[in-house]
Amino acid sequence: MIHFNKFTLANGLRVIVHEDHTTPMAVVNVLYDVGARDESPEKTGFAHLFEHLMFGGSVNIPVYDEPLQMAGGENNAYTTSDLTNYYIQLPAENIETGFWLESDRMLSLAFTEKSLDVQRKVVSEEFKEHYINKPYGDIWHKMRNLAYSTHPYRWMTIGKELSHIEEAKLEDVKAFFFKHYRPVNAILSVAGKVTVEQVKALAEKWFGDIQSGDKYNRQLPVEPPQTEAHKMEVKSNVPLDALYKCYHMYSRTDPRYYAADLISDILGGGASSRLHQVLVKEKQLFSNIECYHFGSLDAGLLTIEGKLVKGVKMKDAENAIQEEIEKLQQEIISERELQKVKNRVESMLAFEDMSLLSRANNLAFYELLGDASLMNREFENYEKVTVEDIHREANLLFDEKNSNTIYYYAAN
Amino acid sequence: MNRTTPPPIKDAVEFEIKLRPYEKYTLDNGIPVYVMKSDEQDTLQLELVFPAGSWYESEVLEAAATNFLMKTGTSGSTAKQINENVDYYGAYLNRNAYHENATYTLHCLSKHLEVLLPTLQEVIQDPIFPEEELHIYQQNMKQKLAVNLQKCDFVANRFIDKYLFGDFHPYGRVSTMMAYDALQTEGLQAFYKKHYTYNNCKIFVAGHLPENTITLLNKYFGSVLWNDASHLIKLDLPIQPAEEKKFRVFNDENGVQGAVRVARHFPNRYHPDFPKMLVLNTILGGYFGSRLMSNIREDKGYTYGIYSQLYNFRQTSAINIQTEAGRDVCEATIEEIYKELKQLQDEPVPQEELDLVKNYMIGSMLGDLDGAFQVIQRWKNLILNDLDESYFNNNVQTIKNITVEELQQLAKQYFTPGDFYELVVI
Repeated sequence: MIHFNKFTLANGLRVIVHEDHTTPMAVVNVLYDVGARDESPEKTGFAHLFEHLMFGGSVNIPVYDEPLQMAGGENNAYTTSDLTNYYIQLPAENIETGFWLESDRMLSLAFTEKSLDVQRKVVSEEFKEHYINKPYGDIWHKMRNLAYSTHPYRWMTIGKELSHIEEAKLEDVKAFFFKHYRPVNAILSVAGKVTVEQVKALAEKWFGDIQSGDKYNRQLPVEPPQTEAHKMEVKSNVPLDALYKCYHMYSRTDPRYYAADLISDILGGGASSRLHQVLVKEKQLFSNIECYHFGSLDAGLLTIEGKLVKGVKMKDAENAIQEEIEKLQQEIISERELQKVKNRVESMLAFEDMSLLSRANNLAFYELLGDASLMNREFENYEKVTVEDIHREANLLFDEKNSNTIYYYAAN
Repeated sequence: MNRTTPPPIKDAVEFEIKLRPYEKYTLDNGIPVYVMKSDEQDTLQLELVFPAGSWYESEVLEAAATNFLMKTGTSGSTAKQINENVDYYGAYLNRNAYHENATYTLHCLSKHLEVLLPTLQEVIQDPIFPEEELHIYQQNMKQKLAVNLQKCDFVANRFIDKYLFGDFHPYGRVSTMMAYDALQTEGLQAFYKKHYTYNNCKIFVAGHLPENTITLLNKYFGSVLWNDASHLIKLDLPIQPAEEKKFRVFNDENGVQGAVRVARHFPNRYHPDFPKMLVLNTILGGYFGSRLMSNIREDKGYTYGIYSQLYNFRQTSAINIQTEAGRDVCEATIEEIYKELKQLQDEPVPQEELDLVKNYMIGSMLGDLDGAFQVIQRWKNLILNDLDESYFNNNVQTIKNITVEELQQLAKQYFTPGDFYELVVI
């Protein structure tokens, strides 16, 4: 049970406070309700590029990092398809430094050509490092394109192509900031050796006078249900054949999400999971196989991916996966197997909650979902799932018409 | 309100950094158990450490393969049963082989410790190394290696360690397809019997411990002299550094980036310069505001990230600067690295920068020591290196008290460009 208090400033900034007096540290976490899904198809990769620019100095503070390091703090940030999250960890005595820095960059950025110019290059190198210069690095570019026709999940957070980043202009940057980076579109979550009163006073002092901004009303194109199987073949300079299968699943707030999540664990969670046990250990068709999803807010993709043992035929590998899927569709799993994956969730949540940073991140994330208190009810949602739910959802999800398959062949 | 003036701060160097003491128990057969309790959570971590790292191998990969395969079958259980049992209780049983030591680590909800210990006992005391499991391991590891060998950063890491320490030294030796093929269950069995013995075992436990934890550990690990006592002798081995200093390797003709490494030897942690170098290394490339990062990423935009690190190896250490940079700016990156090294030799670090780094280092140490798992980790590193808290305290004092003159002296001694190996793998 994670205790917290919640209040909203007059300008619409939502604030969550989690007191933990066993640590000398504090976390200041600011989540902005904007991700790659909010980009226009002609300017992809922008939310993430923008995250980089948030470190290029703000209206009153020329350099972001130095004063924080001087206060003994560390920080980082990440962008996903759904959201952008910034966090600071520092000794609790110096927490006001965190408020000062975060509020100034919510007030306004410095918007310099130099910063934009350098970060365009840095992000281009990040793009190359992760998606071009790695074997199989282009898979998500191809898979998103294959699986989505309409929804912005059809491009990666880093962007559809390098040119979109290279062509970003300062006026785009400004417009993006004033549209999305306003108090009314943000959640501040503070955790650690702090008190609610202290955080109230600091939030009021530093964030209280920032212009509210207009609430961003998200109206994304809706992905129509998939009506036929999508398949694609790729030949590339990689050492091993690989197989990727993705099925459209449910949004993060759909009650059926939990059954789908447990299905991914039954198939791919841990060394005792079905796919690993049967396909890697018994049949030895794959040298590794995984089943996972990204937990995205809009309907995401349940993914099965594996690398084939040299000499194994793609068709045989695919049929073997299909057999495991059909087992789930035809036979009701045992209560013990369901209990196993629930126990794994319980344990994973407990280990996650050990970290102060993760508690602060999660409180902001669940507040974005609708209410921070959802965090404390999460395990109940998993506990409610029955073996019949698993059976039903396996039949709905793993419909051939709902599948997207990439056969990734090693050239030569 | 004046937003241009920062709020007052407490200088992080004023924070008192203390390592919370552990409790120590000795099991009936002599195994030491180091305990760090905390009752704030319902989780625990139990780690068994053996001197069973690659140092002791007579065949390459023996240590890693032994460590991995212990979990794949015992007299009483198959790999499937072991995995099923660990997963059922939501636990994680991880294993790792390093240069000196090898470990088995159990993470679980405290309420499940008792029911999981018999499985851990089997894995540690009664593995049988099934032929079939070795075969699967060889096949899958070779495939993984084939993929990794296409990555310029992986290849660069192998080469730079080879240049520094030589092919035959455990610090420079690498995995190969042939070495995987040569593994035999008899060899693994023998390696196991010699290194995973009760008299070589140390146990580290942290978190929320059930009342009867020590009684349980005694029951499963302390009541028998499992595997015969063996007395391992560990001598320093000669390193054989490469004679050439500059290397350019083409691994992928179509590569759009190159992995850059610039590295040199450095004394190990027992040398008085080591704690000082921790500070200088941070200034050079150990944090986001470092010289290398500010110049090569934040000013030039040549890379997504650049870091320098100080190896924590026992016999001898090294400083290694590493980055992946755009293919056409690799040489320019190396030039900038040398400029930064030279600048640290020629000009004293401004006092303000040093103050910032001190605060940053102490502040992040405070965060790193937050929680029982983290504290036992620090103790483990001291204990396994035959050190105690005075070493830790001395490091903290070095960070707090080191001067710009000492740093410049250190740079003059160790940052001469000609002493560095340089490598680009495209």
